[in-house]
Amino acid sequence: MKYVLLLLLMLVALITATVDGAAREQELIGAGATFPYPLYSKMFDVYSKEYGVKINYQAIGSGGGIRQLINKTVDFGGSDAIMSEADLKEASASILHIPTCAGAVVITYNLSGNPQLRFTPDVIADIFLGKIVKWNDRRLSDINPGLKLPDMNMTVVHRSDGSGTTFIFSDYLSKVSKDWKEKAGAGTSLNWPAGLGGKGNPGVAGLVKQTPGSIGYVELIYAIQNKMPYGMVKNKKGNFVTATLSSTSKAADTNLPDDMKVSLTDTDAPEGYPISGFTWILVYKDQGYRDRPEEKAKELVKLLWWITHEGQKYTEPLEYAALSKKAVEKTEKLIKSVTYKGNAIMK
Amino acid sequence: MEKSTDHLSIELPKLHILMDRSTEDFLVRVHKRTMAGWKLGLSESFFRKILYVAGAFVLVILTAIFMSLAITAIPSIGHFGVSFLFGATWDPVRNVFGAFPFVIGTLFVSLLALAISTLFSLPISIFLGEYSREGAISTFIKSVIELLAGIPSVIYGFCGLFLLVPMVRALEIKLNVAPYGVGIFTSSLVLAVMIIPYSASIGREVISLFPSDLKEAAFSLGATRFEVIRKVILPYARSGIFAGILLSLGRALGETMAVTMVIGNSNFIPKGIFSPANTLASVIANEFTEATGQLYLSSLIELGLVLFMVTTVINILGKVIIHRMDMKEK
Amino acid sequence: MKELAIRRRIIADKSFKAIVVLLSFASILPMFFILFFIITKGISVVDWTFLTHLPKPVGEIGGGISNAIVGTFMLIIISTLFSVPVGVFAGIFLCEYRKGRFPYFVKLAVETLQGIPSIVIGIIAYIWVVLTMGSFSGLSGGASLALMMLPVIITATEETLKLIPDSLREASLALGVSYPRTILKVVIPAGLSGILTGILLGVGRVAGETAPLLFTAFGSPFMNFNILKPINTLPLMIFNYATSPYPEWHTLAWGASFVLVVFVLGLNLFTKVVTRKWKVQF
Repeated sequence: MKYVLLLLLMLVALITATVDGAAREQELIGAGATFPYPLYSKMFDVYSKEYGVKINYQAIGSGGGIRQLINKTVDFGGSDAIMSEADLKEASASILHIPTCAGAVVITYNLSGNPQLRFTPDVIADIFLGKIVKWNDRRLSDINPGLKLPDMNMTVVHRSDGSGTTFIFSDYLSKVSKDWKEKAGAGTSLNWPAGLGGKGNPGVAGLVKQTPGSIGYVELIYAIQNKMPYGMVKNKKGNFVTATLSSTSKAADTNLPDDMKVSLTDTDAPEGYPISGFTWILVYKDQGYRDRPEEKAKELVKLLWWITHEGQKYTEPLEYAALSKKAVEKTEKLIKSVTYKGNAIMK
Repeated sequence: MEKSTDHLSIELPKLHILMDRSTEDFLVRVHKRTMAGWKLGLSESFFRKILYVAGAFVLVILTAIFMSLAITAIPSIGHFGVSFLFGATWDPVRNVFGAFPFVIGTLFVSLLALAISTLFSLPISIFLGEYSREGAISTFIKSVIELLAGIPSVIYGFCGLFLLVPMVRALEIKLNVAPYGVGIFTSSLVLAVMIIPYSASIGREVISLFPSDLKEAAFSLGATRFEVIRKVILPYARSGIFAGILLSLGRALGETMAVTMVIGNSNFIPKGIFSPANTLASVIANEFTEATGQLYLSSLIELGLVLFMVTTVINILGKVIIHRMDMKEK
Repeated sequence: MKELAIRRRIIADKSFKAIVVLLSFASILPMFFILFFIITKGISVVDWTFLTHLPKPVGEIGGGISNAIVGTFMLIIISTLFSVPVGVFAGIFLCEYRKGRFPYFVKLAVETLQGIPSIVIGIIAYIWVVLTMGSFSGLSGGASLALMMLPVIITATEETLKLIPDSLREASLALGVSYPRTILKVVIPAGLSGILTGILLGVGRVAGETAPLLFTAFGSPFMNFNILKPINTLPLMIFNYATSPYPEWHTLAWGASFVLVVFVLGLNLFTKVVTRKWKVQF
């Protein structure tokens, strides 16, 4: 008898906590890209302190963000990859891509002395295709005349999970290398011809940091935060560009379509960094699905507005490029188009 | 089981021949009171029904697990058929999925881990079962083995990642192989330590159960301990030890976290012992939350189905052998 | 001639013993390695702030694991609530009904359930709970852990009750106590230590599980008492932080590992003590 009472008590306590908690505060759940995770982590921390709304964002990779949004198990998804036709069909409802910032995918490596390397598009493609296997390969030393590169094997590190960073990177490589386009293609998860897999940007950064002679691709802030070197890349106009705030912004300064679904890779801008990309927050256009309370939809729209306005001041300290004025204008229109059961949420 | 009430009501009349009136009255009153109390309490048949339901519940859960896996895997099974198991390409972009790299990865890592662990668990079984059955040393080693089994798998992975991987990397540099640090070799080492307790404890039990009179007969004929162990005990305990090894294998096949953290995550057929790879379990852990597309998700679940069936078969086999050995005892 | 042969046999005997002892003690090494590193790297991290504060955003130093500790306990409570009632009754069933095809299949099912890899359980919990509920939650995590605890409790209950002599049951029945009362008020209390051991063993096994929680509990940077929302646990946190490249997070992971190992090993010890104290001798 005593045990039954004890069990009942625990059950009651749990249920009370549940009901109580559900009524009290709003919590939004998001999942997806690791690319902007350092930024979102900071933004959401600030937002929860200012507005009391908790945002739980788990960086499981862009592929994960898309999948969970389609399954409607999260309020919003984070992705640096534009959703494919097949995914949009599966979602069977309109999904908006709200850009939050632009970032750069850099080529980082682990060589003693941290030399500043230069890369050309075809060399990058062939390294990650497994065709260039040694650090002192002719083609690398040709474009890096002053440096003495070691006679070491290259260890390629790529993403093991579905990644928007991979999407941006492979989108770029498909544009600059026919070979790459045929053998690997563009996507969030590739059949990588060579190398080790790391989970998330943090995983790749971690592996490169610990493996001598390795080379991988990560979002800029991960290389900076981990004090890892990254290479200059030759862009379309023939200039070797380093990934910086300004070179990323310059790459983002292009023709923006109304739905903001645009790729920034292989930019025409003469000083633009060629492997840049937007990252988006994906939400359903009509928030009245699956008995979602209107309160939640309103909070989500408020959050989106904040991220693209007041929140933008947190981008630059973390080396992400803020949205340009043009970009914000188009984004505002997108946010205003979010509806709840047909009625616009933001007037 | 016969109804106990009948038992009682038959007994009572016989008793009264042996006792005096007052005791008999007393007993009759007790009997009547208990019977009355019984009718107010839980009914026996209801209770037995609950027991049956509980038992059936387990069966239902298991069937439901299998069905869920099978149904969600249908798109993939229908699309690839049996060639899924032998397909060497896992390409989410082109929607081509084949399980072969993971089957190889799983087998490679598990069998290697099994070999390494048996190297240690067999001596432990012999030591605890024959040389040192009681006493402080025996308790000490037994406790250590139990602790090994109790440490969570993610901690093994964590320690493997930070302690073992640099060591393996240094070894690989010496051997002039790609210094990944992670890969099949590292995973096997970590896995080996994790599965030692399983085969060790079963082996120990089997060896210690060996009838002592047979042992003494061998000793009295002048055999050394080594010879007794080798020629008498081990052949007898062979099937038990084998069952323990099977159980360890079952555990190794399904181990996820520790392996995921140190295996290198490559979806290709591993080329050698220092190659990165993926096991059935680790690829599911890595790619499940983000499988976009029905075929992708369904293929991952089919991997889970394969894993489920393989581990079930091996575990059942191990338990059947142990059971048969228990039967032999009786 | 004979002496040579005997001496050889004695040498073989002694070297065999040496090898066996050596290999047996060698297996202790990994244990001490692991404990040594966790203790030395973890203990310096653990302080009051660590245990009571929430984790900080990426790149900022400090923070703690309070939500993970709470989450771990919550999941343990949920999974125990789900698995103990069913598990104990199923264990009683297997003990009371030993012959026949139905009990045989139930026993087979229990053993199969025991061997299912944790990641497969995670897939199942995702399909059954997460997709149905439409969100990640502590509840789905608890459900997956309950599935893993169930066979442990069933087997422990069955084994314990089998050891209780039939004479106890028969004496109770003979005194007129009803069958349900006999089981619930006589047999189970007699086997309580074994059943509790089973529960504690299950808890120990489940407290360190990560794989099934990857796609059910989901993780969270906040403190959460609501089981319908995502929740963070110690093993999940260790996994996320260990595989990141940030040294600050690695330090946190060592501290969290220390707490987890202390908890799990402490539980094991506690189980042993309880078993010895409460055991009813026959």
